[in-house]
Amino acid sequence: MPTVSFTRNLQRHLPAPTTAATGTTVAEVLAAVFAEHDQLGSYILDEHGAVRPHVVIFINGRAIRDRTRLSDAVAPDDDVYVMQALSGG
Amino acid sequence: MPQMLVATRKGLFTLEESSGGWRITRTSFLAEPVTNVLHDARDNTLYASLNHGHFGNKLQRSSDMGTTWEEVAVPAYPQKPDDEPDVINPMSGRAIPWKLVLLWELVAGGADQPGVLWAGTLPGGLFRSNDRGASWELMRGLWDRPERREWFGGGYDEPGIHSVCVDPRNSDHLTVGISCGGAWQSRDGGQTWTPRSSGMFAEYMPPERREDPIIQDPHRIVQCPGQPDCFWTQHHNGVFRSTDNCATWEHTPAVQPSDFGFGVAVHPQDGNRAWTVPALKDESRIPVDGKVVVAHTRDGGANWDVQRSGLPQEHAYDLTFRHALAIDESGSRLAFGTTTGSLFTTGDHGQNWQTVTTHLPPVYAVHFVRGS
Repeated sequence: MPTVSFTRNLQRHLPAPTTAATGTTVAEVLAAVFAEHDQLGSYILDEHGAVRPHVVIFINGRAIRDRTRLSDAVAPDDDVYVMQALSGG
Repeated sequence: MPQMLVATRKGLFTLEESSGGWRITRTSFLAEPVTNVLHDARDNTLYASLNHGHFGNKLQRSSDMGTTWEEVAVPAYPQKPDDEPDVINPMSGRAIPWKLVLLWELVAGGADQPGVLWAGTLPGGLFRSNDRGASWELMRGLWDRPERREWFGGGYDEPGIHSVCVDPRNSDHLTVGISCGGAWQSRDGGQTWTPRSSGMFAEYMPPERREDPIIQDPHRIVQCPGQPDCFWTQHHNGVFRSTDNCATWEHTPAVQPSDFGFGVAVHPQDGNRAWTVPALKDESRIPVDGKVVVAHTRDGGANWDVQRSGLPQEHAYDLTFRHALAIDESGSRLAFGTTTGSLFTTGDHGQNWQTVTTHLPPVYAVHFVRGS
């Protein structure tokens, strides 16, 4: 089962634990996580399900290509990381 | 005890006034950007809009004056229909997204509409909630206006609604201000809209479009509660007043020391009396001569005096954003917060000002708690 981890910066706002989740695409895997943590989704994706502009999702260290429909394939032993781009302030 | 809420780039601050002056009594969302704050006097509820940047805009609600908060819904744009052509931002050449960019303005509905809230947003959508922020609806009557193709951002990339005025005589009569899209009014609760910027002018446009009502850049529009036909606008190119419910706007060129600024406050009972916080126009955006002052008129803008007692008059470079100048319901207390983290208050209409602090994060919004 793929493992999904979140940037520690999210913990400031709400719980975002590392989770094993079922699914064969990024969309399916995240949907499984958000089913358990319903508020988490709106922090990662916009109102249409696309990745927020300054959030980056990696599969085994490589950024996903489809940031709109989240169709990149996820294998059972993959590690999915939800990270943020750095910004100033 | 009088209370004030100050929304900043790094948190929300509650202040209370006692015999010793204003003191910070509570901090909320410390380190988070709080873009605006509302005290809804109808049910004594606080709302704070947060922009988490990477993680989007959020709305927090408190029913116990800030002791505890709960996250409620933010306005969400519907999916753009596939057959709907993009509206291209004329300044950037990019399509205006159907996505919430910034929750900029938050206003309570009328006294006869408990639970109704209005939200002005970037990229130009006005939203209504009927349930204290649990859900939101985009006002398509304004969003679908063909004139929206002409709107553009002022300061931000996208156009945005920063001012919403609910007429105290009729809660379905609404006035909104859009940078840069002018003033608009609805008389049917937000279903249909009419441009109401006649008399404003825009020096940043080609001459043939100088008076075009739908590209004006009102920085802030306020309505006098006691004389609701009277409105004031701090516009990019000066201060304008209307005494006929926005049918026409009159330029008031005598503002000293400058007619550029962002915020404007009108006395709650006297529509002739208004305040602005001037700055050097328009790329400079610093106080004239490094002196922080407030401009004040008692006669509808014919004459202005400059209030400086108690304000820094040497090497002060504070800019006051559009939601950061506030007046209380009595009309005697005013407060403004600045980009350098200063907060100034007065209890005598501005004859004398006091410095509360110079160490806050940059201030986005100042709001008095009604009935406190």
